[in-house]
Amino acid sequence: MTIRLEPREDAGLGLKIGVSLAAGLVALLLVAIPVLFAGGSPLTAYGLMIQGAFGSMFAFSETLNRATPLILTGLACAVAFRAKLWNIGAEGQLYIGALAAVCIGSGLLQLPPALMIPTVMIAGFLAGGLMMVIPTVIKQRFGADEVVITLLLNFVVILFIQMLVEGPLKDPLSMGWPQSVPLLAEAKLPKLLPRLRMHWGLIVGLVAALVLWLMVRKTVLGFEIRAVGENKAAARFAGIPVDATMLKVALISGGLAGLAGVGEVAGVKGYLSSDLSPGFGYSGIVVAMLAGLSPIGTVIAALFVAAVFVGADSMSRATGISSYIADLVVALSLLCVLVGSFFLRFRVKWDRQSVVA
Amino acid sequence: MTDAPVLLSLQNITKRFGALTANDGISLDLHRGEILALLGENGAGKTTLMNILFGHYVQDEGDVRVLGDGGLTALPPGSPGAALKAGIGMVHQHFTLAENLSGLANIRLGTEPLLSFGREGAARAKVQKIIAESGLDVDLDRRVADLTVGEKQRIEILKALYRDAKVLILDEPTAVLTPQEADGLFVVLRRLAANGLGVIFISHKLGEVLAVSHRILVLRGGKKAGELVTADADRRAIADLMVGKAVAAVVRTPASPGDVLLALENVSLHGASGRSLSGVDLKLRAGEVVGLAGVSGNGQSGIAGLISGLAVPTSGTMRLYGETVTRADPRALVANGVARMPEDRQHDGVVGTMSVADNIAIEEVRSAAFSKMGFLDRKAMRERATAAIAGYDVRCQGPDAEARLLSGGNVQKLILARVLERGPRVILANQPTRGLDVGAQAEVHRRILAARDRGAAVLVISEDLDELFALADRFVVVHAGELHDAGPSEGLDRGTIGLMMAGQSHARAEMAS
Ligand SMILES: Nc1ncnc2c1ncn2[C@@H]1O[C@H](COP(=O)(O)OP(=O)(O)OP(=O)(O)O)[C@@H](O)[C@H]1O
Ligand SMILES: [Mg+2]
Repeated sequence: MTIRLEPREDAGLGLKIGVSLAAGLVALLLVAIPVLFAGGSPLTAYGLMIQGAFGSMFAFSETLNRATPLILTGLACAVAFRAKLWNIGAEGQLYIGALAAVCIGSGLLQLPPALMIPTVMIAGFLAGGLMMVIPTVIKQRFGADEVVITLLLNFVVILFIQMLVEGPLKDPLSMGWPQSVPLLAEAKLPKLLPRLRMHWGLIVGLVAALVLWLMVRKTVLGFEIRAVGENKAAARFAGIPVDATMLKVALISGGLAGLAGVGEVAGVKGYLSSDLSPGFGYSGIVVAMLAGLSPIGTVIAALFVAAVFVGADSMSRATGISSYIADLVVALSLLCVLVGSFFLRFRVKWDRQSVVA
Repeated sequence: MTDAPVLLSLQNITKRFGALTANDGISLDLHRGEILALLGENGAGKTTLMNILFGHYVQDEGDVRVLGDGGLTALPPGSPGAALKAGIGMVHQHFTLAENLSGLANIRLGTEPLLSFGREGAARAKVQKIIAESGLDVDLDRRVADLTVGEKQRIEILKALYRDAKVLILDEPTAVLTPQEADGLFVVLRRLAANGLGVIFISHKLGEVLAVSHRILVLRGGKKAGELVTADADRRAIADLMVGKAVAAVVRTPASPGDVLLALENVSLHGASGRSLSGVDLKLRAGEVVGLAGVSGNGQSGIAGLISGLAVPTSGTMRLYGETVTRADPRALVANGVARMPEDRQHDGVVGTMSVADNIAIEEVRSAAFSKMGFLDRKAMRERATAAIAGYDVRCQGPDAEARLLSGGNVQKLILARVLERGPRVILANQPTRGLDVGAQAEVHRRILAARDRGAAVLVISEDLDELFALADRFVVVHAGELHDAGPSEGLDRGTIGLMMAGQSHARAEMAS
């Protein structure tokens, strides 16, 4: 009896979901090993993690709060990757979006919340979008690789933000802390529930996922993005404006990451600082891959990643096992999904035919 | 011939894809030194059978047996590695070379451990010996990306022979070759067979099958329809087996040309070699088919690029219905009734992972026919696709099937359906029947002539002179980026065209031939 691989025609939805779930489970199993080494019991550790992520209204709201920027950066990566535009710069776009929100929302304009919030969001979206449109234009004009440009821009942006919050944008009342002037109350995103940190950014993320899902499946733009992503030459021949489509994708992708930044300043922190994001932009890449680039899947994957981080924090406080375990779980899930995607492309055949001599 | 030992034996091979049985109990034997031609309609299952033989697909039933030290031995199914080891070499319809490496590196790729410095000398000697024996002449040190299609194919064949192939499989090897290159290939194949190799080749060109093969195997609808010894076969007998009926030849009635619909006026195009044009004049009139002859690489792709809307002239003017075309915009051309067939259907013609319906609608997704206010009209797309599948006999599992699962010829039919169904006024038919079976070829010719009679202006680009003479009312010949008028096809002979293709002027060519 031998095992053989055969290219698969098309993997069904059930299989795709199954592979992602299995990948998560395998990752958890694998992480049990270092947990054992750290002297903990994996079952207790995971129990505490689940409790820490979902165990109470407070815990759950923290998870949702953590998932909010991840949904948006995850969508940012998913939509770009679908068009084979490799946006590794969601982190920088997030900061630029946050910067735009602070510039507009901290006193430049005086508007009632019903106008102020949308204005701040649009500004953040456009600013983030521009941060992705520029590398895309450079790619189209000069053939420079967008992976390199967007990745390096992240560092440029963070240094720029550091300079701003130490200098021109520094809050005189911050007692020396490097943080910007605060947003006006009118620009802040309302909380979803009293006394919990969850805010309306979550709704924005969910709506964005729904809109993207509709866009991919039902609209001409979604059709064109798929065609450009799958076969650029054929798309061009068929008259789809490849460069323009890529620019639209870049705007949407960068814009979504920018919205994540708006959510963090206007929904959580209230001011800009250079530690606004603990790498939400990079985690967005993982989220998008875990989700197989599906918009709805992105929401679920973002919840999973957020739960792992929030749960691990709380588990670490209770047991003393390092919360780096969270990074391990997330990294291993990504690896498992990549291995799993192999099973989506190939069918494993258990071959019973005996070899005739 | 049949006294020679059997090299390869397929026994009752059956392969199903869902509800479709692509191969149904097929058996065949291949002898030493034999050239076997595999024929059949588009979608008959030829490529599938070869993929099983080479281990790309796993058959549901049956065995592949290869002559080894201990007689005929069954190969483990689904293992290209085992097939290679047993001495089966395959040259695919689409080449599988690493474009950035030299020819020699490609030939050695996968045969040796990654870090094998210093063995290049031995490898080169072995390849050169094979070249000397087979006549497969090619520069081993050039980057594959810089080679012509014919040269790439030679590298593919060398790659197989380098691995000591006993059986060589070629899937539609001549579809992408110029007639001269094809003749060169056949010289090589005959020599290889004389040295004891067994060759299976797939082709839709009956002429070459009759000229080169020893035996012919015909598939129809996944089943073996019959086997013929080539010496006893003729076109009719083969066509009979393939389609179950004789294929009626298409008759061209005299044309009645009308207004000029598309014109190139003193057009030059600077581009990659093989694309450049200088001072080209061309007029396409309503109700007339112009045949463009030429050795491939002399500027055909430049002219096709202009009419496809992928390029605009560097100097000179292109006019459509009298108006100057200033921007490279395929969508505008499509909207104005220009039908364009891409030369490379897999690369430029379809998005493989999208459905048949998507690929039929792709040129017009933004038009009112397939979308409303930015939203796709899926129902209209599926309806058009269903009609196209029926009207053009596209063999597939339905409008939702992914285009990459279609057989080569059926992809071509899909593209024909996409562009011809709209009732275009100008048609660029670039290699319109490449890879089509004889029945489908006749059908396409009929449709092109019907479009002409309806008043369309047609430009046919083809490497097949028979095709050009069947369709064209008037000939132009391209050589080294310049276009020469060869006049009406009546009274024109092949010799004249051939000499013009080689660069002689019309007058001199006519005198000479
Ligand atoms: N992986 C697959 N999944 C589903 N259907 C397939 C697959 N591969 C091939 N088919 C179908 O099997 C049939 C036979 O295809 P095949 O490629 O063998 O045809 P062919 O004889 O080579 O035709 P052509 O002359 O057009 O190249 C076609 O209808 C094709 O759509
Ligand atoms: Mg085929």
